[in-house]
Amino acid sequence: MPMVNLSLIILVLPLISFLFQIFFGKRLEHKKGEWISIALVLTTLLLAIIMFAQMLFDYQPDFRQEASINWVNLGQFQIEMGVLVDNITIIMLVVVALISSLVHLYSVEYMKNDVRYSRYFGFLGIFTFSMYGITIANNLFMIYCFWELVGLSSYLLIGHWWEKKSAADAGKKAFIVNRIGDIGMFMGMMVVATVAGTFNYQVLFERIASGAWAAGVHGLFGGVDPNTLLTWAGVLIFMGAIGKSAQFPLHVWLPDAMEGPTPVSALIHAATMVAAGVYLTVRIFPLLTPDAMAFVALIGGFTAFFAATIAITQNDLKKVLAYSTVSQLGYMIMALGTGAYVAGFFHLVTHAMFKALLFLASGSVIHMMHHSLTKLNDHHTDAQDMRNMGGLRSKMPITYAVFFIASLSISGIPLFSGFLSKDAILAGTWSYAAHIHDGWLAQAHLGWILPFFGFGAALITAFYMFRLIFMTFHGEPKRKDIFAKMHESPKLMTIPLMVLGALSTFIFFTLPSFNPLGGKSWFQTLVKQPETVVPMGAFDSEGFAHGLHLAHYPAMYTSLIVAGVGIGLAVLIYILKEIDPAKMAQRLGILYRGSLNKWYMDEIYLNGIIRPFLKGCDAIAYFDMEIYDHYVIDGVGRRVKALATGTGIADDLVVDGAVNLVGIIFQWLGWTFKFVQTGKIQNYLIYVLIGVLMVYLINVF
Amino acid sequence: MNHLESYLILSALLFSLGLYTVITRKNGVAILMGIELILNAANINFVAFSKFVTHQVEGHLMAIFIIMLAAAEAAVALAIILNLYNDQGNINVDEADALKR
Repeated sequence: MPMVNLSLIILVLPLISFLFQIFFGKRLEHKKGEWISIALVLTTLLLAIIMFAQMLFDYQPDFRQEASINWVNLGQFQIEMGVLVDNITIIMLVVVALISSLVHLYSVEYMKNDVRYSRYFGFLGIFTFSMYGITIANNLFMIYCFWELVGLSSYLLIGHWWEKKSAADAGKKAFIVNRIGDIGMFMGMMVVATVAGTFNYQVLFERIASGAWAAGVHGLFGGVDPNTLLTWAGVLIFMGAIGKSAQFPLHVWLPDAMEGPTPVSALIHAATMVAAGVYLTVRIFPLLTPDAMAFVALIGGFTAFFAATIAITQNDLKKVLAYSTVSQLGYMIMALGTGAYVAGFFHLVTHAMFKALLFLASGSVIHMMHHSLTKLNDHHTDAQDMRNMGGLRSKMPITYAVFFIASLSISGIPLFSGFLSKDAILAGTWSYAAHIHDGWLAQAHLGWILPFFGFGAALITAFYMFRLIFMTFHGEPKRKDIFAKMHESPKLMTIPLMVLGALSTFIFFTLPSFNPLGGKSWFQTLVKQPETVVPMGAFDSEGFAHGLHLAHYPAMYTSLIVAGVGIGLAVLIYILKEIDPAKMAQRLGILYRGSLNKWYMDEIYLNGIIRPFLKGCDAIAYFDMEIYDHYVIDGVGRRVKALATGTGIADDLVVDGAVNLVGIIFQWLGWTFKFVQTGKIQNYLIYVLIGVLMVYLINVF
Repeated sequence: MNHLESYLILSALLFSLGLYTVITRKNGVAILMGIELILNAANINFVAFSKFVTHQVEGHLMAIFIIMLAAAEAAVALAIILNLYNDQGNINVDEADALKR
């Protein structure tokens, strides 16, 4: 069967699951209906693995199948619905199917006593459907449709416990902040559609390469430089990725999105949906101009560093992981911006595994904390606050083990998957900084800020991940009563953890080579960096590729050193207690407070944008109500009312008067003649007599 | 006395007297008598025109028919007047206005 057909089946199955859960889920007995959803999503996993196996069997870097139908026909301009299956699609499908399946299984236990159990599985279904849609779309318009659908399912799942106001608000925030990025994406699509007349990736790239783009720009806008417009198109479409992948400055929604159930955080807000932005950037990679790429790289690099600095001081288990996710997404975006395409996509895949694992493992801890707190009848203690944990290592050995593996992976320690991808990214930034000679990022060696961000974030990542582990699993339990009630999560939760734990090791990503430091793996072979279709100007692509190779070892050593320093610091502070964190916080003062308060980003938005905007709204409302309504609308009203009064009087006097006059005349006539009708025959006879006499007299004279 | 005019003058006198009686009297029986006078004035006209103008008997026949009709009418009218007397104690037609009140 062609891959395209398989991918379509994969697309449809979760939709069936969604429809089933929404329409019939509630009628089924509890703990029965979800197995249909799980069976459907496991089928998609099986199909995805078949496709993956086929891909490995063929081993063709240039593999590509495309099929499409015309969807909207607007004469010259046509919108198509189509499927594009290449190696990237297949890898992404496997990642989404795998994480989604594991999260489905995990949720059976985690959401066991939830009131909206079937609805939850339904929403997981529509999310999986939309995510597959993004993955297999072959044009920007279709990806945009599914893009909005994942936004919707994210909104629904964040707000799953909408009785909690913070959850409902977080859902709204995620939806609205994403919309800001999507407006940019839509504008970029419109630029592309106007100039190139197509949404299809392949056709678009061909038109840019063949000069049709330049001709189109010339025809439409005359003197505008086609490359400038292309830069704008790239940056605008990338805005969608800024929103969805929670890049600075639109990252604020992701930490709040942690109000949703933890499996949802693992699936949507760590592994797949937030990676959709990266995936989009991967898809449009060939049309990014050097300027647009510099922008992408800077946004990603800054986000990676910025979010990491916030993660250090957070005390909420999931908040740390949320900022860590933002930071790691920044890595991927930075990699794509620097042109380390394979590294960026590689990090997407490895990160999906270990970050989903981190979230599911933290969910395991939180779930058990909840259990203990419920048993203790304590409804005030925060089950997610690390300051209530500690020493859980002995109680939850499996969770601890996989958590440790994932932390090593994200910190970039050899033998684990994160090392491979992170290392490649850091080598990319290094080489990029060394080879960029043109454009605004080359001014005053500004390009070196990217490796600085990269390595800085790596240092901080290692530190906060081990801070998290030490606070949660090591040391003395801070709440003995809770600790006594803790135990390992049930099998249905630990099995997905163990699967993901295995997938966080190097071996699955370096095959056929067994070298834990990397080498030519299936991934590097099958994911091929596409030829860029834009003039790269003074950027030395060959030098970059060569530099990437050369930078591999220095970057690796440096990253190992910074990771070691980070972990060492964490050990010093939280295990050996050589440094008192409170004292350090005091000494760092403003830095500590800034980090703890997320650098006041929410406050900046509140005071800088939302409040002035509301004030502006108030002013406009005042103008509308007091001035416009009062003088224009009411003024017209008053004049019309006066006019109406005038015509009313005329109507009463003249028209009604005439009508009444007729009435009065006939009333008077009737009143007069009623005396003729006496009812006495004799009177009538007199009238007859008079009448006859009159006839007689008239005849005679 | 063998002229048409004599008969017509007599009939006109009778008719005028009957009409006067009908208009002026309040007594039901008197009105009835006035009506008899009017009918008989008509009878005289019929017979007179039959004798002097057409020379045939249709007029006579009509006169006999009218006499018979007058008898029937008198019977019905007297029955009404009798009921009127039973109802209001007199036969004054002016006071028979129960439907008008």
